[in-house]
Amino acid sequence: MSLAKRIIPCLDVDNGRVVKGVKFVDIRDAGDPVEIARRYDREGADEITFLDITATHDNRDTIVHVVEQVASEVFIPLTVGGGIRKLDDIRTMLSAGADKVGINSAAVFNPEFVREAAEKFGSQCIVVAIDAKKVSADNEADRWEIFTHGGRKPTGIDAIEWAIKMTDYGAGEILLTSMDRDGTKSGFDLALTRSISEAVAIPVIASGGVGNLDHLVEGIIQGKADAVLAASIFHFAEYSIEEAKHHMQNNGIEVRLQ
Amino acid sequence: MSSVAVIDYGMGNLHSIAKALQHADSRVKVVLASDSASILKADRIVFPGVGGMRDCMQALTQTGLADTIIQAATSKPFLGICLGMQALLSDSEENQHTDCLGLIPGHVVRFPQKLTDKAGNTLKIPHMGWNQVKQVTHPLWRHIPDNSRFYFVHSYYAVPDNPAHVFGRSEYPEPFVCAIGKDNLFAVQFHPEKSQKLGLQLLKNFLNWDGSL
Repeated sequence: MSLAKRIIPCLDVDNGRVVKGVKFVDIRDAGDPVEIARRYDREGADEITFLDITATHDNRDTIVHVVEQVASEVFIPLTVGGGIRKLDDIRTMLSAGADKVGINSAAVFNPEFVREAAEKFGSQCIVVAIDAKKVSADNEADRWEIFTHGGRKPTGIDAIEWAIKMTDYGAGEILLTSMDRDGTKSGFDLALTRSISEAVAIPVIASGGVGNLDHLVEGIIQGKADAVLAASIFHFAEYSIEEAKHHMQNNGIEVRLQ
Repeated sequence: MSSVAVIDYGMGNLHSIAKALQHADSRVKVVLASDSASILKADRIVFPGVGGMRDCMQALTQTGLADTIIQAATSKPFLGICLGMQALLSDSEENQHTDCLGLIPGHVVRFPQKLTDKAGNTLKIPHMGWNQVKQVTHPLWRHIPDNSRFYFVHSYYAVPDNPAHVFGRSEYPEPFVCAIGKDNLFAVQFHPEKSQKLGLQLLKNFLNWDGSL
């Protein structure tokens, strides 16, 4: 009897449609978010994450309606990230039915925002999303840096130090994405995942690079992640979440099976 | 038509719980209640809560709802959730020390630092995710298999003085109490509103419960 490792499907939503690109280019349409969320819930997803990548401010209400609709029929934790910059953005998402919000660049530009958000709404709903990229050369000790703008802009901030700082500021969880691996289907950056997970006391969700079910197992066992997040392998029905869970269980990982 | 009041005292997200109650039984009237009259008018009461205990107790004192909650919890079917469960105990370690409502004698304590599982892996705090619950017979567990998983997120847990008040246990890695009850009062540490079908079943059981054992 113990805590299950979680599988979290992630839906990148652009103007109300689920999309998935490789390293943020070559975006493919993967369907209606409400429909897909319903399917993931049926298949036994432990949580669902929505990442709003809608570029224009005018269309931002779309994600609110998506969350409202999903929350009225899917009763598992829902996280919404993308464009969360003010306390009001958080309030809007929680009112729509989200349980947690993902804060990414707003935390980098203003770390105090994380502290304020955690104080106002509680750490349990504050997920700090970290986009990290390896900056060390092959013959050097591993070092990863925080990048913003979809992995294009370096910040000079060390990823491990940043994760520790965000924990101190009241983050309840870390969503860690390897920008080197995102969309490549070559597996998580396990060294990065493990380094961050061992450095902080709060749960870490591994993200970026899942291409098959063994990658999920590696993320938990070698990466020491508490949860694994994946998008495209589930959207295009290459694997169901149920299959993924059975595969994890066969590899000795405790999962929730329905 | 029966009604259920979700107590709104500014601590946390009530939308999820209201939506889940409505989904569990479409015939029930779900109201968000922030004043004493509308709480006491309802047939059943849900007392949710997330955040810190000091803020919670301050909010209950400032709104004057502490007495109302005590009155409701001793008179009609009453369900505490998460912080709404912890607040029912005598006191909590959180924020140095916080006195709570004292409906169930006992304390609220934090998980120890540096928890490890059998394999030596560090266990994270908060205890977050789906964990199994070992039941003690109670009407609210109806149609829910023993050892089913529910969604948790918390760093503190209840330690009731009287074992007769314990209705469920979980492990992280040591056993801890995650469901308590006394007469018409039942409370859980996990989030039934976020625990999919079985969570909705528990809410449905609550909406059909007359408060007797």
